Amino acid sequence: MSATIIVTAAWIAHGALALAMALCTWRMIAGPRAQDRILALDSLYVSAMLQLLTFGVRTGTTVYFEAALIIGMLGFIATLSLAKFLMRGEVIE
Amino acid sequence: MRDGSLLLVLILLPFVGAVLAALLRPNARNTEAWLAGSVAGGGLLVTLFAYPQVSDGGVIRYVIPWIPSLGLSVTLRMDGFAWMFSLLITGIGLLVVLYARYYMSPQDPVARFYALLLTFMGAMLGVVLSGNLILLAVFWELTSIVSFLLIGYWHQNESARAGARMALTITGAGGLFLFLGLILLGRIAGTYDLDGVLKAGDVIRAHPLYSTVLVLVLAGALTKSAQFPFHFWLPNAMAAPTPVSAYLHSATMVKAGVFLLARFWPVLSGTPEWFTIVGIAGLSTLLLGAYFAIFQQDIKGLLAYSTISHLGLITALLSFGSPLAAVAAIFHMANHATFKASLFMAAGIIDHETGTRDMRKLSGLFRFMPYTATLAMVASAAMAGVPLLNGFLSKEMFFSEALEEHHETILDTIAPYVAVAAGAFAVAYSARFIYSVFFGPKPTDLPHMPHEPPRWMRFPVELLVVICVLVGVVPNLTIGPFLRSAVISVLGPDTPAYSLSVWHGVNLPLIMSIASILGGLALYWFLRRELKIDADGAPGMRGIDGQRVFERILVAVSWRGARIAESWLTTTRLQPQLRLVVALAVLAGAWAMAGSWHLVPPVNLHGLDPVLGALWAVGMVCSVAAAWSARDHRLSALILVGGTGLVTCMSFIWLSAPDLAVTQLLVEIVTTALILLGLRWLPKREGLPPRKLDLMARYRRGRDLLIAVLAGTGLAGLAYFAMLMPRPPSVGDYYLEHAYVDGGGTNVVNVILVDFRGFDTAFEIVVLAIVALSVFALLRRFRPAEDNLDRPFQQQEQDANDEVRRDREVGDTLKDYMLVPSVIMRWMFPAISLFAAYLFLRGHDLPGGGFAAGVTLAIGFLLQYLAGGARWVEERLRILPVRWIAVGLLFSIGTGLGAILFGYPYLTSWFQYVEIPFIGKMPAASVLVFDLGIFWLVVGAIVLVLVAIAHQSLRTRTRRSAAERQEAA
Repeated sequence: MSATIIVTAAWIAHGALALAMALCTWRMIAGPRAQDRILALDSLYVSAMLQLLTFGVRTGTTVYFEAALIIGMLGFIATLSLAKFLMRGEVIE
Repeated sequence: MRDGSLLLVLILLPFVGAVLAALLRPNARNTEAWLAGSVAGGGLLVTLFAYPQVSDGGVIRYVIPWIPSLGLSVTLRMDGFAWMFSLLITGIGLLVVLYARYYMSPQDPVARFYALLLTFMGAMLGVVLSGNLILLAVFWELTSIVSFLLIGYWHQNESARAGARMALTITGAGGLFLFLGLILLGRIAGTYDLDGVLKAGDVIRAHPLYSTVLVLVLAGALTKSAQFPFHFWLPNAMAAPTPVSAYLHSATMVKAGVFLLARFWPVLSGTPEWFTIVGIAGLSTLLLGAYFAIFQQDIKGLLAYSTISHLGLITALLSFGSPLAAVAAIFHMANHATFKASLFMAAGIIDHETGTRDMRKLSGLFRFMPYTATLAMVASAAMAGVPLLNGFLSKEMFFSEALEEHHETILDTIAPYVAVAAGAFAVAYSARFIYSVFFGPKPTDLPHMPHEPPRWMRFPVELLVVICVLVGVVPNLTIGPFLRSAVISVLGPDTPAYSLSVWHGVNLPLIMSIASILGGLALYWFLRRELKIDADGAPGMRGIDGQRVFERILVAVSWRGARIAESWLTTTRLQPQLRLVVALAVLAGAWAMAGSWHLVPPVNLHGLDPVLGALWAVGMVCSVAAAWSARDHRLSALILVGGTGLVTCMSFIWLSAPDLAVTQLLVEIVTTALILLGLRWLPKREGLPPRKLDLMARYRRGRDLLIAVLAGTGLAGLAYFAMLMPRPPSVGDYYLEHAYVDGGGTNVVNVILVDFRGFDTAFEIVVLAIVALSVFALLRRFRPAEDNLDRPFQQQEQDANDEVRRDREVGDTLKDYMLVPSVIMRWMFPAISLFAAYLFLRGHDLPGGGFAAGVTLAIGFLLQYLAGGARWVEERLRILPVRWIAVGLLFSIGTGLGAILFGYPYLTSWFQYVEIPFIGKMPAASVLVFDLGIFWLVVGAIVLVLVAIAHQSLRTRTRRSAAERQEAA
């Protein structure tokens, strides 16, 4: 019973996160400003990380958690360099 | 040492000596000479020691299997003929080493000279001692390459470089043909073993490919021995130091060609094709070389053309196909080596003591150096074929062979006349050399005051001249037995009866000799005034200049041809190139798949994971949008590509490839930062495109879109069908089964990388290191576009704002903005390092490994640069990426070598679980050290590239301020 609940919840989470990713993509394309696009990429990364965790919960494996860990720990670096580029015109001064 | 290991010593000695010689100081003249001399002397002793075993047709063999399955082995083989050559190579080598000690000036880097000379000695011994065709070709190429380096020894000299290049081009191309010919020869004979090939003469001559083999082998031999029409490289190679000319261009290397002709004489000769090709080449070279030699102004040029002519004589003798002629050819090889080496050394002495080799300037040297002059006169007389000297004997044999009727052709009929004419020319140029250099009035404008050379510089010349005289007077007591064993080893049972005596009575050859000597002296008498003032080159032949033809061909092929090919076949613009490549790929794919429509499996959506589908939709939209905005909105394109990359990593996970996903994610992050770093230096875009496009542009875009869509759908379809096909058993299954059993790891990907395919990985990381170093080197020379030289406008605005406000200093805005993020970023460093260590240690069993860990640590460094700027980081951390790369390479390659120490093949791994306190049980395979090397190398490579780009803004800033200061001053 509880397994069914978890699997159903995972599927619903999958769907919601996929929707979030689609909306992020829309924002990345539409903009209008570069800041919007960068923020959209950042939240795309976060949604993707959550997708991975949900995937792990649904299939009962932990092998994929490292990938989630990488996104969580290092994913912000892409965002950060983009932001620095916007702010200062170059990434490393 | 009665077995063949004697040969191994003989051939290894020069190479070992060369390595030692290269390690000495560049100006250690005496040490170098002693070393090289003892190597050559040792070789000579070994050769002499081996004589009893090769006399009377004996053969020494020494075989080391190399790749037996391909019929390849290191077979060394010495018979009487090879023995004679070994004696020449080591003996004259010893004399040349002694001579070079006094010839080379203290400013010359002699370490390189002696190292190359010894390498050449080894290569040449390899050519004559090879008992395997492939080995022969290898040593043959080695002589070409080393001779290139030796001719170009004074590489600051333009003519030395040009001469070296020409020699390499001609002999290298010839060597390529020879290699093909030898491979064919081995195929026909069924073995690459020289003894086997020599026995298969009848089979080879009857084979339909005989003429092909003949042309290929002759192309190699005739180029090496500077035979017409390939003769022109030899005079140009005279830019080499004179010891090199004396050694390579008289005694050894140019003899390799005729050596080869004699070696394969029992197999290839005796046919009309052989006689025609070899005969025409030999006789024309004999005549033209002698004719050209008369009109040279440079002493070494004269000797070079004379060498060409004498090699032509040997070639002509070999072409006749009669055993007696072969005896004469072998005899003349030894004779020519002795008198020509001594003449080159004499020419070097003259050059050394007077400062010039120009015969128009030299004259009357006899009163300054009577001793050297006498020696040179005797050697020249041997060259001219004067009786009682060794040159006379073999020339006499040549005359009598030229008179013999061998084939019913015009070539054979004219041979005696050609022989007499060439003999007269030889007398003329010898007389000219002697008379114009040593006699006549006192020289006027010589660079140095001439005098006799040092005692030991003259000694080699003396010894060689004494040999010339001894052989000429009492041939049977001196060279007789050695010549006999050389001849027997080539001709075997066909060895004819021959007589070496000086006096055969008054016969036709003697009359020819007298005629040529008188004719030559008369010719010189008529030409003597003209020669004194004449320009270089022979009259009537100045238009036919092989060198100019060669250069024209080279220009046509390498420059004009390339230009024509470029204008017809390619373009320098990227877009048409890409269009062409993609369109071709589409057409080729369509052509290959045409008519196989029925193989297409039915398309259905059964089993589609909806989440994966949604992810892919996101990825596809991102990539199309990235392509759309790539031209005008670089940053948006980069952001969108980031989305695509993320989706790619996600699909790796969905398709159960966590390793790939982990690595790809890390690479994704680094790549984004790397492209951003580069983005700053791209030229600014030139305004927005016009709203309304003209018809041509619209047509172009439409066509490109069509090609792109076709290629994309085609590729997608291909991938789709490939995945639906039933999977054949593949190598992957083997790896899955054996990863833990043989490699001791449960992470199959990692085990494949570091164990099963460790060799590939080792080379891949070498490539990675090379790439990183080249990027670094290229960026050191980077000059940014004009409009990028200024600092970015954001920085200018923020600094201007800081400057205007009284309560702020320049840089405050940056400091304020970065306050919180930079603290987080700095604190992340230990965490990221720990994560890298974690990824590294678990790599053997679970996703991770050296590569992923390396990228992670590099990201940690990148973060520090982001937070504080390049200056801030480098004040606190010593970052030496090049050294990391070096350490990484040493580690990974050293681990592989470690296996050899324990007697296993390269990169064999060792595996054990070990208990480490606080961490627990850990797999400790020797591949872990290998992986550690990968880790260091990857960190080094990525950091090196990142830092190199990051330093560009520092560099431009310092350069700009320097320029401003200069302007102000």
